[in-house]
Amino acid sequence: MLAYALKRTGLAVIITAVALIMLISMIQIIPGDPAAVLLGPLASPTMRAHFRVEMGLDQPVVIQIARFFGRVVTGDLGTDVLTNRPVLTTVAEQLPFTLALIAMGIVWSAALGVPMGCYAAIHRGSLIDRLAGLLSVSVIAVPSFVIAIYSLLIFSVALGWFPTIGAGENGHLGDQLYHLVLPSLAVGLGWVGYLARIVRASMLEVLGENHIRMARAFGLSEATITYKYALKIAIIPTVVVLGIGIGNMISGAVFAEIVFARPGVGKLIYDSVVTRNYPVVMGAVVVTTGFYVLCTLAADLTAAWLDPRVRQNL
Amino acid sequence: MKQDAPAPVLAVRDLSVDFRTARGRLRALRHVSLDVPRGGIMGLVGESGCGKSTLISAVLGLVAANGEVTSGEIRFDGDDIVAMSPERLRALRGDRLSVVFQDPMTALNPVLSIGTQMTAIQYRTGRSRDERQARAAEMLARVKIPDPKARLAQYPHQFSGGMRQRICIAMALLAEPDLLIADEPTTALDATLEVQVINLLKELQAEFGCSVLFISHHLGVVAELCDQVAVMYAGEVVERGSVRDIFHHAAHPYARKLLECDPGRIRTATRNLPSIPGELPDLAALPQGCIFRARCDRSVERCASEAPAEREVGEGHLAACHVATGAG
Amino acid sequence: MGALGLALVLAVVFGALFADVLSHYNPIKLAVRDRFLPPGFEHLLGTDQLGRDLFARVLHGGRIALWVALVSTSMGLAGGLVLGMAAGYGPRWLDSLLILLLDALRSFPTVMLALALVTLVGPSLGAVVLVVVLAILPSYARVVRAQTLSLKSAEFVLSARALGAPVTRVLGFHILPNIIGPLLILVSMDIPVVITIEAGMSFLGLGVRPPTPSWGSILNDGFAFIRESPWPAIAGGLPIIVATLGFTFLGETLRDEFDPKLRREP
Repeated sequence: MLAYALKRTGLAVIITAVALIMLISMIQIIPGDPAAVLLGPLASPTMRAHFRVEMGLDQPVVIQIARFFGRVVTGDLGTDVLTNRPVLTTVAEQLPFTLALIAMGIVWSAALGVPMGCYAAIHRGSLIDRLAGLLSVSVIAVPSFVIAIYSLLIFSVALGWFPTIGAGENGHLGDQLYHLVLPSLAVGLGWVGYLARIVRASMLEVLGENHIRMARAFGLSEATITYKYALKIAIIPTVVVLGIGIGNMISGAVFAEIVFARPGVGKLIYDSVVTRNYPVVMGAVVVTTGFYVLCTLAADLTAAWLDPRVRQNL
Repeated sequence: MKQDAPAPVLAVRDLSVDFRTARGRLRALRHVSLDVPRGGIMGLVGESGCGKSTLISAVLGLVAANGEVTSGEIRFDGDDIVAMSPERLRALRGDRLSVVFQDPMTALNPVLSIGTQMTAIQYRTGRSRDERQARAAEMLARVKIPDPKARLAQYPHQFSGGMRQRICIAMALLAEPDLLIADEPTTALDATLEVQVINLLKELQAEFGCSVLFISHHLGVVAELCDQVAVMYAGEVVERGSVRDIFHHAAHPYARKLLECDPGRIRTATRNLPSIPGELPDLAALPQGCIFRARCDRSVERCASEAPAEREVGEGHLAACHVATGAG
Repeated sequence: MGALGLALVLAVVFGALFADVLSHYNPIKLAVRDRFLPPGFEHLLGTDQLGRDLFARVLHGGRIALWVALVSTSMGLAGGLVLGMAAGYGPRWLDSLLILLLDALRSFPTVMLALALVTLVGPSLGAVVLVVVLAILPSYARVVRAQTLSLKSAEFVLSARALGAPVTRVLGFHILPNIIGPLLILVSMDIPVVITIEAGMSFLGLGVRPPTPSWGSILNDGFAFIRESPWPAIAGGLPIIVATLGFTFLGETLRDEFDPKLRREP
């Protein structure tokens, strides 16, 4: 297991590195003068030249990459153009909000999706199974921002059940959770569908296996068989998928933060794009991408650990 | 059966099971009757597809969703399993009835430790966790797994096939059953392991005194292990009796052929192994009359029109054949 | 489900193609006196904050959505085929390199990719196409690679090579026809994703520039004025829901029909 963990972690690091290289190379490959685009049409040539030097855009690509890596490793992601603070600080301030949103989204999708998938597998072919299937496909199809806006419209604006703006009062957990409900539901709903489908398929596969038949032959209750024997196996591929789902939810979080006017990394990036705060944009992209790679790594390692066959033979 | 013999622990009477498939109605078991003697070992022999597994599933009440019992009864210690409620049936399983399945490689849950699985099946005994673990370790020692306490924490994939099968036997005996059903327990094992497992079963049966229903297509093993034997062909029991009767005075033509063709019996070197000509009948489109007629070398006219009922060809020796006699 | 999907898809396509016929309103003409009208006979979906007919805007927005879907899917497919076959058929080092690049590309959450790219090139339809292609390319390339790898050692390929067929012939004539089937199914199931990315980017203002209508920008306008009137927001979301559900249902049914191996039911 240790060997696998090291290998997998090493791979994650390499992929992150390559991704960052791609990010920087984009600046060079894409035609046009980044300074012009980023500073807008009103900037004078002197300003652009100054910008280029400051951002290091006039150096050869390789040097840029090396410099960038050097800085990333020491935690320096550049300086926020607007506030003159380190980008890392700006991003780090907003990160907890986004993390809370994503975490809650995962809670929703697991809490709703896993039981739904289990139920559908046990009652395969029933009306509820078919309805659940249709529902799963539908929530996967519809984009999360549409769900976000419609739920804002229905539950906030029209019915007034939930607040429309913000993350709630600082320090007041209940209020913050209250503000989390709609946005996290919008973020997580699509994955309710995904999880339900995967859990259903995994469960059906496991329930057909010989050892389940044997457990039945020993008179174990259906509840024990479903949750202790079958689900424990079926949950393993689900964990892996959830890791990938987080990347999806990061995208969803951006929209949710904008729609519900919540603070977070998504809103930060969006505002920065609008105000041409290039270092913040790049810094935030680096952080979120790194976070995503970390999540998929964690998911793979957890899945490997959950299956004793994998855990001990690696 | 002798008048003063104790009631059989399992008495199957006239059991028929059909399956609804895309090809039509498959009549997998037809009017099957057999008795498993209390405290004895009954062997059930037959080729693949003869219905042995279906019979086991019916006894356990685990027939597949597309199957149904269309007639007959399965009396376990007097109570009819066919008519039983699911709750009562579940209460029997793992308590008075237990099973050893054919394939040890897939019979155990791969993500739960052996200890967890062995203690889980003791859930209705009311014993504490420590007691259950102690019993499990004890049983592992009985089936000759070395260092049982430590091995309880291990997972199935850390055991060889032969050891896994022994674990399954240990689990089946943990239940202290009245009837142990062994569904081809040695088919997936090589010859040396087979000998070990059979000897183990003999010892344990003598020690615990449970009845055993032993299914196999390996005639030599059945001859060595069992007291009573039933022979199945294409969904019917064609002959049953003591192991002596069957192996020395087989009455039904199929049983005779089966014994003749057993590679273990061949004395002289030969190029062509004997076999029974013809093929298994299609269970969805059964012929009229005797099920074995098409491949039988002793059939008469009556065999084509009338399916033979079981009749006594010797004391305690029954065969479903028009022409069979008890004499060799 | 398939029938419903087909109906929805046809509605979307029909609406987009015949936008001018179905609605006589000019989607970008202002009529500020008529702002925020609720749906009625005159304006089937009502009007937006500048008095523009929403139904007409939605229909024209469909053109953008479908055009992006068509163009980016074809480019993604072409790119995926080239890279996938190169990875599957070529030398190991090329395979490892391409896999590494594709995995790195996949590690960007799509929105982040969109935001980063648009920061550099500015918002435009071309940017949208670029983002979509980059987002869907890795999954196509992976599937093509997997299929190519498994076919690489198939008998008919080996015999073709033994007879001296050049690489292009082996790939184009022997391998390609065998992998195109599952690939097309994958493509049809990805169309909702493409529509989502386009709408999402337009919603964030990273796509087509106003006043050209795109479903995402209609939705954004609706969102901005959600307290004035709910109708523009509803009108913006509706075609997105119809299109994504329609294509998804259709794609699922196609997959169940044509590739039972991908079936999720045992």
